[in-house]
Amino acid sequence: MTRHYSALSLLKEGLRSQQGWQQAWRSPEPKPRYDILIIGGGGHGLATAYYLAKAHNIRNIAVIEKGWLGGGNTGRNTTVVRSNYFFPESTALYDLALRLYETLGRDLNYNIMLSQRGIVTLAHSEAEMEMAARTVNAMQINGTDAELFGVDEVRRVLPLLNVSPEARYPVFGGVWQGRAGTARHDAVAWGYARAADRLGVDIIQSCEVEEFLIEGGRCRGVKTSRGEIRAERTAMVVAGHSSHLAAKAGFRLPITSYALQACVSEPIKPVLDTVVLSPGTGTYASQSDKGELVIGGALDRVPSYGQRGNLPMLEGVVSGLLEMFPSFRQLRLMRQWAGIVDVTPDSSPILGESPLPGLFLNCGWGTGGFKAIPAGGTLLAHLLATGKHHDISRPFDPDRFARGRLIDEAAGSGIAH
Amino acid sequence: MQLFPCPFCGPRSETEFHFGGDAGNRRPEGFRAVTDGEWAAYLHDRNNPRGAANEIWMHMTCGEVFRMERDTVHHGVAQAFALLEGGGDDGLAH
Ligand SMILES: Cc1cc2nc3c(=O)[nH]c(=O)nc-3n(C[C@H](O)[C@H](O)[C@H](O)COP(=O)(O)OP(=O)(O)OC[C@H]3O[C@@H](n4cnc5c(N)ncnc54)[C@H](O)[C@@H]3O)c2cc1C
Ligand SMILES: [Zn+2]
Repeated sequence: MTRHYSALSLLKEGLRSQQGWQQAWRSPEPKPRYDILIIGGGGHGLATAYYLAKAHNIRNIAVIEKGWLGGGNTGRNTTVVRSNYFFPESTALYDLALRLYETLGRDLNYNIMLSQRGIVTLAHSEAEMEMAARTVNAMQINGTDAELFGVDEVRRVLPLLNVSPEARYPVFGGVWQGRAGTARHDAVAWGYARAADRLGVDIIQSCEVEEFLIEGGRCRGVKTSRGEIRAERTAMVVAGHSSHLAAKAGFRLPITSYALQACVSEPIKPVLDTVVLSPGTGTYASQSDKGELVIGGALDRVPSYGQRGNLPMLEGVVSGLLEMFPSFRQLRLMRQWAGIVDVTPDSSPILGESPLPGLFLNCGWGTGGFKAIPAGGTLLAHLLATGKHHDISRPFDPDRFARGRLIDEAAGSGIAH
Repeated sequence: MQLFPCPFCGPRSETEFHFGGDAGNRRPEGFRAVTDGEWAAYLHDRNNPRGAANEIWMHMTCGEVFRMERDTVHHGVAQAFALLEGGGDDGLAH
């Protein structure tokens, strides 16, 4: 059986007609009891299980997923990873994630296809240039890499961008983060799943959590479509469905669920080798390894659990892209889809114990939690294993709403990433 | 493009409407008596239901605020009310 992925094992298996590959993870029956139960088999849930097993040596864990691994937002996102936020709390969080991503392929023995191709966030006016300078200063002070680009530097990295002064959205410059880029979304979910399974974590798909078992005012586990499962501690990591499950646990969250859409063009030869984001046109894009342009934008206007997306936003996003890159006009769109994202009032995530003791939260990543998966997993694992916040997750506790200590990253995550 | 029914103007494009939050989200009264938790719940916590929803919307074109019952999964609209007729507990500060 071949377990380890390497060039050598690829060669060996090639000679043996690929017969010896071991299954990447098991599909066990749920046990009646675990030490820790994680609801949601997206990136954050799977990463939490992996770090619990790896860093805290807690192995009696299950991840429960109602559909298939990564079938939520983790497998629907546009794969941008970056840490160009404004507040020190956010930089600490997202830069931890980016640093972990930098070695994740090796740590998991799974190629996550991380490509640190850089991101430029465009400024379309003098006023936006001033804000860009402020962002760059903040990022540098907070200890991550950032550069202020003038229009010549923007033109150098984006030769097809319309930088003419007559453009509908003239370009003044932008914020550059060179360590940002993209990673393959499915590979992140599958890599964590395979590594967690190897450490003994039970990954249970096609199993929906329907109710919580609440005894003596504590969460004691869950009732699922495949029976009761008990656990000392339970974590809810279900993104856009957080409010729906919270209602079953008897509390509300500062979250509104919206559809966030993306689309891809037909594949073409390399034309775009960085990520470009324009808050002005409400559009961002990168080019996938297959050659498709991966295009995204802002949230739909209507709160929704319908995983489809409405037309006005798609039209706005595509119009914005064509204003910026007139030559993309000839491309056809191949696919469009949406995911249901969990938006908080301050565009920052929620990490901490819920109002129901024994039930912990990792949610509220909204439009930008793919980039944060390694950090979300590390920090929730720390909280579940030790019962205490890591310094980096403390500011993101749900108590910030009553304390008035919001971390308002509306600009940092102003349009979807 | 979805049409929403403004009780004053009739069916109009979704792009003309602005979401105003949960119906019945009343501002807690009594300056000293309201705890931080109650105030934060009023400001930030949301019903955010999957399925039947009861919401406040504004039709930006005519500027009127109204209550709409709709489904957040299939987006079908059940009813829309002007606040004075059956709008009931709209949660607005009058
Ligand atoms: C179109 C789009 C583009 C995006 N682009 C980016 C980007 O470029 N960069 C970035 O950083 N972020 C991006 N995001 C956001 C990012 O995808 C999410 O923040 C992130 O994937 C959240 O991961 P998660 O593991 O918390 O949630 P998910 O991956 O959604 O996982 C939650 C899982 O919980 C399961 N679940 C729900 N209810 C239950 C239940 N009752 N029982 C059992 N299981 C349940 C779901 O089936 C799902 O698999 C984008 C999102 C979308 C939709
Ligand atoms: Zn009207």
